[in-house]
Amino acid sequence: MSKLRYRPINLGRWLVWGITALVMIVLPLIFTSGFTLTIMSQIGVGIIFALSYNMLLGQGGMLSFGHAVYSGLGAYFTVHALNLISKGTFYFPVTLAPIIGGVAGAFFGVIFGYVTTKKSGTTFAMISLGIGEMVFACSLMFSDFFGGEAGIATNRVMGSNVLGITYGPAIQVYYLIIGWALVCMAAMYAWTQTPLGRMANAVRDNPERAEFVGYDTHMVRFLTLVLSGFFAGIAGGLSSINYEIVTAENLGALASGSVLIATFVGGAGYFFGPIIGIIVFFVMVTAVGGITQAWLFYLGLLFLIMVLYAPGGFASLILMHVPVIKARLMRRLWLPYAAAAITGVVLLAGLVSVVEMTYHYSAEADTNPGMALFGLAFNVTSYTPWAVAAGLLVGGFIVSRFAWKAVGKAWGEIILGLQERRA
Amino acid sequence: MEFFLISMLNSLSYGLLLFMLSSGLTIIFSMMGVLNFAHASFYMIGAYFAYQISVWLGFWPALVIAPLLVAAVGMAVERYGLRTVHKYGHVAELLFTFGLAYLIEEAVHLVWGRSSVPYVVPPSLDGAAFTLYSTDYPIYRVFMMAVSVSMLIGIYLTLTRSRIGLVIQAALTHPQSVETLGHNVPRVFMLVFGGGSALAGLAGVIGGNAFITEPGMAAAVGPIVFVVVVVGGMGSLVGAFLASLLLGVLQTFSVALDYSFADLFAKFGYTVDPDTPLAVLWNLTISQTGPVLPYLLMVLMLIFRPKGIMGSREG
Repeated sequence: MSKLRYRPINLGRWLVWGITALVMIVLPLIFTSGFTLTIMSQIGVGIIFALSYNMLLGQGGMLSFGHAVYSGLGAYFTVHALNLISKGTFYFPVTLAPIIGGVAGAFFGVIFGYVTTKKSGTTFAMISLGIGEMVFACSLMFSDFFGGEAGIATNRVMGSNVLGITYGPAIQVYYLIIGWALVCMAAMYAWTQTPLGRMANAVRDNPERAEFVGYDTHMVRFLTLVLSGFFAGIAGGLSSINYEIVTAENLGALASGSVLIATFVGGAGYFFGPIIGIIVFFVMVTAVGGITQAWLFYLGLLFLIMVLYAPGGFASLILMHVPVIKARLMRRLWLPYAAAAITGVVLLAGLVSVVEMTYHYSAEADTNPGMALFGLAFNVTSYTPWAVAAGLLVGGFIVSRFAWKAVGKAWGEIILGLQERRA
Repeated sequence: MEFFLISMLNSLSYGLLLFMLSSGLTIIFSMMGVLNFAHASFYMIGAYFAYQISVWLGFWPALVIAPLLVAAVGMAVERYGLRTVHKYGHVAELLFTFGLAYLIEEAVHLVWGRSSVPYVVPPSLDGAAFTLYSTDYPIYRVFMMAVSVSMLIGIYLTLTRSRIGLVIQAALTHPQSVETLGHNVPRVFMLVFGGGSALAGLAGVIGGNAFITEPGMAAAVGPIVFVVVVVGGMGSLVGAFLASLLLGVLQTFSVALDYSFADLFAKFGYTVDPDTPLAVLWNLTISQTGPVLPYLLMVLMLIFRPKGIMGSREG
């Protein structure tokens, strides 16, 4: 008896992927400046890295504090391979060079992963941190391979140019990154649909039951980590082609922490969450980082607020509204949202003033007491600006509490309404 | 012999300092199941508070006030932060403390700048306590050991002899029964978190001027404290004590020893030249490998004895 198979073409999925690809391809034609191209290249690499991280955190439930180990080692191996290729030791197309990083990442995933994935949860988190620190400490020991403080440099332009592709101009590197990003995104999405991907979810949610069903939870976690290391290695390889230099910072705790923050802020529970997270992260780095030295403080604060009040990240905040829009109930939310936004701006203004003034005061109060903020110039050693800033902060805090209560009330009514409609 | 004794004393003072840090972390972990990522950050703000207070009032008031301030910060963190994320599980709690560590480091950058601050040993404790062979042993190291040991005895007596200590011990294993008996367990949690933070803060007060007070000090010592907790066995105070001393010895001695495998081979008549396979590895001296040793110890421990020195459970 033949099985009756009926599979409609998943139009929505093709549409989303098609639009994503189209946007990535068209963007550099609209924003042609070198600066935006650099940022978009970084975002492309970051997307692969964050998605590979989310294979652990989102799909496997493993909180890693040392994921940059795999991308960093991948980057180092790619750089050494590129240097050997340009010397003529062996031949390998530059286009495919990130795969060397991927293999290196997977290899170290096999070595470290076997120890780290025995346990999940807190123990895994601590051990991943320890491994990260160990590799970072090693990088300062073996300066032949890691290049010490200066790192290892390379030149991505080499050999014959195939169809005019030399990877000299940044735009060609951008398209290389986009090509790899699309392939990796599709592969990682496909992985979530495989039996292993499904088992990773099961092991995340209830390891005991998965074990009773007959699965080896250690093995599932281990394979997940190896695959995740592979994609992280590809991201590392691409970044080494992009920057033409790799330093020990690429595998340090800061890089690991950044990918964790980006993934979580975007939303670890959803496949596309980390993509949002990486975009938010780079916007913070370039836009906020360009204005103020305290951008890490704001990033940390954003992360803490997300952990406390929106553990599903931006992705969940967006998806939360889909049923509301479908039920045409958004109009009930606009007013409380507007109130929350206005009071939030007051609170934010107070916070930013206090932070920036503190920074200015501690850095150069003696030599240069004058500073400008929001277009206002004032003396940071006088009392008035501090009083105003503190007033904004405290007042903003009090009124935003009222606004958020209104938001909560409106949401409660909407949820009740949705439940009634369903019943 | 002289080198050995002095290094032993240094290891002991460093190990005791590590224990002050790891004891708070261990108590918090075994009680609340929270691995406080920001624990080393409390150590750092302890040092910075002590620096600021010692500028205004002097070292001795700082020794008392700074840990109390850190305790207040810790209690506020527990009350308004951890308690909120508790419902999302341990991973969320870990993430919260991770974000907090970030934020504290940046706040320190903002307030005290990016370079180290001149937090120095007070003049009354500056000088030699005794002379061993030809080396003067500083008073401050002795003072550090005295503070650590008295702190140790203090914790021990509090946990075993006082009423609140009994409640804490009971709440460790049977929080629900303790709650049924009418004790406010969340408040006990808050006090324990504050107490653990105060211990870290005190370690910062006495460690900040012995070593260096800079924004990177939390990131430098934090992973080491985690190693102590893993090696000692998650949640075991005795294990944390032994592991602290072990790491103290390991880190102090490894810095000073300039031997490599190549030297060992030379004793047996082999010479390592640059063409020997893995020559880089054989030529590494112990002092060069120093930074890696704690983590290597942790990994080996996890492979051969996953529950740690004194641990009763695996992870």
